[in-house]
Amino acid sequence: MRRPLQYLALVAYMVFLAFPLVWLLSTALKTSQEMASLTPTWIPRHPVLTNFADAFTEQDIVGSALRSLVVAVATSALTIVLALPAAYAMARYRSLVNRLAVGWVLVSQVFPFILIIIPLFMVLRSLDLVNTLPGLMIVHVTFVLPFALWMLQGYVRAVPRELEEAAAVDGAGRVRAIVRVVAPLLAPGVVATALFAFISSWNEFLFALVVLKDPGVATLPLTLVKFTGAEGVVRLGPLAAASLLATIPSLVFFAIIQRRLRSGLMAGAVKG
Amino acid sequence: MTLTAERTHRPAAGHRGGGRGGGWQRRETLMLMLPALVPVLVFSVGPLLYGIFLAFTDARSGRNAVTSFVGLSNFGDLLADGDFWASFRIGLVWAVSVTVLQFLASLGLALLLNENLRFRSFARVLALVPWAMPPVVIGLMWRLVYHPNAGILNSVLQDAGLLDHNVDWLNDFSLALPAVIVVGIWTGMPQTTVVLLAGLQNVPKELHEAGHMDGASTFRRFWSITLPQLRPVIVTITSLDFVWNINQFGLVYVLTQGGPGGQTRLPMLFAYEEAFRYGFFGYAATLGVAFVIVVLALLSIYIGRQMREAN
Repeated sequence: MRRPLQYLALVAYMVFLAFPLVWLLSTALKTSQEMASLTPTWIPRHPVLTNFADAFTEQDIVGSALRSLVVAVATSALTIVLALPAAYAMARYRSLVNRLAVGWVLVSQVFPFILIIIPLFMVLRSLDLVNTLPGLMIVHVTFVLPFALWMLQGYVRAVPRELEEAAAVDGAGRVRAIVRVVAPLLAPGVVATALFAFISSWNEFLFALVVLKDPGVATLPLTLVKFTGAEGVVRLGPLAAASLLATIPSLVFFAIIQRRLRSGLMAGAVKG
Repeated sequence: MTLTAERTHRPAAGHRGGGRGGGWQRRETLMLMLPALVPVLVFSVGPLLYGIFLAFTDARSGRNAVTSFVGLSNFGDLLADGDFWASFRIGLVWAVSVTVLQFLASLGLALLLNENLRFRSFARVLALVPWAMPPVVIGLMWRLVYHPNAGILNSVLQDAGLLDHNVDWLNDFSLALPAVIVVGIWTGMPQTTVVLLAGLQNVPKELHEAGHMDGASTFRRFWSITLPQLRPVIVTITSLDFVWNINQFGLVYVLTQGGPGGQTRLPMLFAYEEAFRYGFFGYAATLGVAFVIVVLALLSIYIGRQMREAN
């Protein structure tokens, strides 16, 4: 008797989780005539891909996607370059910074964004970085860094120190030991962290909203939000198509790193 | 995602190898740390401190606006501001309902995923999708679901005979907040489910076997074995969920922009408008500071009570 009830509950959960996604896909495949009809159906009567083509030509979706890409790639590269040496030091030497970094990750959760974003906006304004992509990039790097640092130092810790020392004893020299022995073992962790930084930046909306006022430099989330104007239901098809396309990079990268993110979450929350 | 930060007390192995002196090592550590430290200090710790200072000033958005220290007068204005209290009430209703419902829904899902059911791995993957999606896309997607004419929700409810006319969910004075709360639950379920599932998998099997031998019912075992074992995990994730929810901005901004008539204007939307629409930087910062105090107070009451009950 229990099993059937459990399956019923599981199906209910899956319906709740999946139906908005199915609806998004369905809307993306509908013609504008069908969107205007008064009886929406789950399955498009005449599925078309024109909305995806429209999404590319309208509203500067391509331009803003490129800007998002530039910011996200620069953010992940810069995050790794800045965080890797610090993560190495955190993992190998005892220092006060470890605790400070952890403390900062927690503190930054509790403090509402408004307390940081107003002064940060003033700082960027005085540096003439408002309405520029480097301005947004700086903000993204700053806010990804603490967590990236934490992820990376975990990966460094997982590389046995003895390996590094053995290579050094064999006459490889310390720097070469790190490059030859530690780096290859660390590579998967670095990739995971870089992808995490990419997703965070690619998805980010709030800071972009404040830093990029000029529509000419808008990133993808900003352009998507402005997409729905007064034109009504006719435009919903291309909007749905563009939304789907905007989700693909995050979804793919997330699929790659989800195991690592999950184990990180578990390690922290459970063994606390 | 920052739950990992809980692991603070892992003793870092202090390594002093190769006969190097402590001073040399300290300098090397500092050199390695500096590139990461500088941006965090300049672009987030510094601004945060300056933001707290702004709460006691009449700072305006203009580039050359003259700022002067006004002491606690912003706090007085805040307490007398009816719009703020309305927004504060909405924020509490939102954060408490989303956190509680999200927890119950996620606990149910985690319990199911912990059973040996078919399609379990598919369900696990599906349960993670909202985590990966850009919040803006989640908001837009649900706007399509709630759309008065082209949305699927009205159509489904009418087919089921539960509605006889199209409802404009996100523009209805009494329905907008519940509608937004449902989206909040959907969005936050993955993290909560993953953490609870990990917690469940760490409950020692022997305890359940012992309970089984003593003839305890399934519910009884859940209530007196699983839940107490899970308590630290539950306290951690619900506290974090509450903080994340009360500071929510993007999702609701995309869904309703705080409308209709301010019915979904969460405190952070209120603060954003004060700062970047009306230009009252000082006042918005005051709201931020007041919020930190309220959230910390609520959290310490909650965590304190849970810890007392656990003992």
